[in-house]
Amino acid sequence: MPAFRETPLAVLRIALLVSLVCSMVVAGSAVGLKSMQLENRRVDRERHLLAIVGLHDRALSATEVAERFRERITPHLVDLDTGAYVASPPGHDRFDPLTWEGSRAATDPVLSRALSRSEDIAGIQRRERYAVVYKLMTGERVDALILPVRGYGLWSTLYGFLAVDADLDTVLGLRFYQHAETPGLGGEVDNPRWKALWPGKRLFDTDGQLRLRVGKASGDSEDSRWRVDALAGATLTSNGVNNMIRFWLGPQGYGPYLRRLRQEGFES
Amino acid sequence: MNTSTSAKPRALAVLFAPVFDNNPIALQILGICSALAVTANLKTALVMSVALTLVTAFSNLFISLLRHHIPGSIRMIVQVVIIASLVIVVDQVLRAVAFDLAKQLSVFVGLIITNCIVMGRAEAFAMQNPPLPSFLDGIGNGLGYSALLVALGITRELFGSGTLIGFRVLPTVADGGWYLPNGLLLLPPSAFFLIGLFIWALRSWKPEQVESPAFRMAPQVREQEP
Repeated sequence: MPAFRETPLAVLRIALLVSLVCSMVVAGSAVGLKSMQLENRRVDRERHLLAIVGLHDRALSATEVAERFRERITPHLVDLDTGAYVASPPGHDRFDPLTWEGSRAATDPVLSRALSRSEDIAGIQRRERYAVVYKLMTGERVDALILPVRGYGLWSTLYGFLAVDADLDTVLGLRFYQHAETPGLGGEVDNPRWKALWPGKRLFDTDGQLRLRVGKASGDSEDSRWRVDALAGATLTSNGVNNMIRFWLGPQGYGPYLRRLRQEGFES
Repeated sequence: MNTSTSAKPRALAVLFAPVFDNNPIALQILGICSALAVTANLKTALVMSVALTLVTAFSNLFISLLRHHIPGSIRMIVQVVIIASLVIVVDQVLRAVAFDLAKQLSVFVGLIITNCIVMGRAEAFAMQNPPLPSFLDGIGNGLGYSALLVALGITRELFGSGTLIGFRVLPTVADGGWYLPNGLLLLPPSAFFLIGLFIWALRSWKPEQVESPAFRMAPQVREQEP
């Protein structure tokens, strides 16, 4: 080795220098590639939105996805507390519903509020004030409503969509676009066979109470209309999905919005 | 060191020795975790191979360039910082240009940081050798890893789902063909069995790779009554 003397100062200098250069490289790549990554995420979310209502039946390119999406799906911004449609969140004049992510808005203190422990059954800590919901349209007719949902499973927050028929009671599907549950156990939320259990289930009982749950059979033969089998070996993930449904269809979630839709119809 | 006269044959040896003679997976049994996890289909295996080869090559290059300035007391931390930065860059690029594959590879790109091959080459080769041979050594070890990953990926995808890179090769019974896919091959343990078979094949071909046993069993000894 040449004249390199390992003095504390030299050690500190090289450590700082390497850290500085490496952090600049990492930060540079993250910032430089961000727009492409966000675009990919948007296309991926749109793929899931199309797939949940059966419109992603073959491999589609990114432009085909965008085309089908614009043709059939209309996003709306909803004030979750009142259930009314709003044009844009306060302070966001150039609001674009296609890039809006509720989970990101929930980190903004102006656009969200902290949930108390008793409210926060889904384990999300903060809930956004405004959420983008999606209507599946055929011409002027509303065929279905797709609601973004998220909640904590075993290791991670699961992000997904719940699709409900225009009768606001029949489930059309539930699927997740992002989670980090154990592959083979909680990760089975992505298994097509489990996802196939959801379509046709009912959300509310005859009194209008939320009844859909994820869990074991109760012995009541009627019950299966409102029940999805839990995942074997993934109790905490199944509980997480169950809590997520209860939260987002309850008073803290889309409850006020659904009430308004039932009273005033889709047109308001 | 006189590199000018012996550079050419050495460069080739450095580049290709890790493929069969000193394969990081088959001889050194390193990098097994990702080899089990990402080889259920050929596409993810290929992307992972490219990612690991790039990371190993460039981490070797940068560490070799800095080797006279890295203090011995913090050399491992400096190596890990360089490796981690490269892995993050690769991960970010994958997320930008190949989003679906990045999603399938999930944590395994990030786990290249802890892949023993990268750190092993940095410590064993790049700290003592000039930049160019170090770079080639990184590529060579990446190729050795890739060779095994691709072999696993082909075997598992072909016999596990009857396809190669998503194209149907063996028509499966479910699609009205004749091939009944072997579901075991899609599960991680099958990669373990296959790696074992590859190691057996490689060592039958190159018997010098067979290690002498670390422990020899004593001949049967009768226990003595006290």
